[in-house]
Amino acid sequence: MAMNDTAEAVIIGGGIIGCATAFELAERGMKDVIVLEKDYLTAGSTGRCAAGVRQQWGLEMNIRLARGSCKMLERLEEELQYPYSIEFNQSGYLVLAFSAAQMRQFERNVRVQRSIGTPSRVVDLEEAREVVPHLRTDELVGATFCPEDGHANPFHTTMAYAQAARRLGVQISTRTEATGIDTSGSRVVGVETDRGYISTPIVYNAAGPYSRRVAAMAGVGIPVYSERHQILVTEPVAPYQGPMVISLEHGIYCQQTPHGSFITGLGDPSEARGINCEATWEFAEELAHMVVGILPPLAELRVVRQWAGQYNITPDAQPILGGISGLDGYHMAVGFSGHGFMVGPMTARLMAQTITGEKPDMDISMLDLGRFEREELIHEPSVV
Amino acid sequence: MREEDTIICRCEDVTLADIRTALDEGLTDFEELKRMLRCTMGSCQGRTCRELILREIAAARGVAPDEVEIPVYRPPTAPVRLGELAEAYERRGGDDGDE
Ligand SMILES: Cc1cc2nc3c(=O)[nH]c(=O)nc-3n(C[C@H](O)[C@H](O)[C@H](O)COP(=O)(O)OP(=O)(O)OC[C@H]3O[C@@H](n4cnc5c(N)ncnc54)[C@H](O)[C@@H]3O)c2cc1C
Repeated sequence: MAMNDTAEAVIIGGGIIGCATAFELAERGMKDVIVLEKDYLTAGSTGRCAAGVRQQWGLEMNIRLARGSCKMLERLEEELQYPYSIEFNQSGYLVLAFSAAQMRQFERNVRVQRSIGTPSRVVDLEEAREVVPHLRTDELVGATFCPEDGHANPFHTTMAYAQAARRLGVQISTRTEATGIDTSGSRVVGVETDRGYISTPIVYNAAGPYSRRVAAMAGVGIPVYSERHQILVTEPVAPYQGPMVISLEHGIYCQQTPHGSFITGLGDPSEARGINCEATWEFAEELAHMVVGILPPLAELRVVRQWAGQYNITPDAQPILGGISGLDGYHMAVGFSGHGFMVGPMTARLMAQTITGEKPDMDISMLDLGRFEREELIHEPSVV
Repeated sequence: MREEDTIICRCEDVTLADIRTALDEGLTDFEELKRMLRCTMGSCQGRTCRELILREIAAARGVAPDEVEIPVYRPPTAPVRLGELAEAYERRGGDDGDE
């Protein structure tokens, strides 16, 4: 299909952020939008992620972003008239505390969460074993639980947005790479691609692991880097784990998908920076050691596939959202670390509201690029 | 035989009708189609159905089958139990012995 050579806006990146923002723009009447994806939809972090959705954050801002997204996911198939299921499985998230200090922090978090409607609660070890009977609790101090949390299928969620955006007139050009951003004076005027030039007054950087490269095309420097995160999936077995289990201290998480397989991943503090999608044995072994330590029956499960994706990370592990002064028409939603899926739906809506000049449903101005220069970093206690 | 009854991917039970519907919806990239329908993701890793699907995609796009990008298939990891991996980790003394 021939690609249009003009657009009201060009979105670079076909992950959850790019596709959801395309839909939200079109919903607001900005339909002449082109999404550029150099590979295929979800080829980046989105298609490699665990797609966990938790409202259990420490800062009100993050709780609101995740809670808003959670509420949108609950009704997404209907709202977007998606004929398949996004497999949003709300069987809760059990967040483990391994020290008294961590437990005190979690108790504070739960108070903030509850004050804005999130039905989370502190649970003792016995209650923790009630929600996850095979959990080993001898090294645990306690936990918190939110029954509305869960996980979804990241591919279907993104496709739901992409298909709805297409129906509203958005053009999605896969296998098309943005190679340059054209500016004139202090304005964006176009995007260069490997399939031709597009005139546009608005460019939106949703390039995930490549966000720094894309920002540089517009002459914008952003303090982000990408880091490999590995993950694996086991053979499917009959359902026995409802909630997703996570330890922020160890950077480990584990869920059982509706398909029956277990998905589990672990961060590596010594991981080198850069884009690397290689899966390693060392990772599989260390993860196995950790996950079997917390959830012993998993020792019996066979690993069927292992892969890696990237976190795109900022100095405070919170995203950079918005435009920049001095370059009209440039917008970005990047640097989501390990939580871009769960805040994606709400973030996309807020970004579309900002771009179309509507008043956003919540204030996200503190997540601008300028915060690093102003030294107003965000201190989120519950980030992985 | 009707499209609904023609099974293309036997491992994941995907019919010709499922594939044509998805193609009509604009899912003409093999990578997207496979994630959407799980076709070619089963135990045979597409050995029986890949060519059939390729031809359907090519026809929907109006191109030759060899112009369609073919997904990369990672051979499945040797089916090792997590317990064995954990033991291997403990045998090698944890974190690469650096500490
Ligand atoms: C192992 C792992 C587990 C995770 N688990 C979770 C989780 O449980 N919950 C959660 O919320 N988050 C999780 N995340 C994080 C989450 O995946 C990301 O934050 C989120 O997917 C980011 O979405 P995105 O749309 O910004 O980026 P991406 O999905 O990476 O999309 C960016 C796209 O831009 C394309 N692109 C880049 N440059 C160009 C260019 N020049 N031209 C055209 N296209 C271009 C890329 O090909 C890519 O497809 C996890 C990540 C990993 C790696």
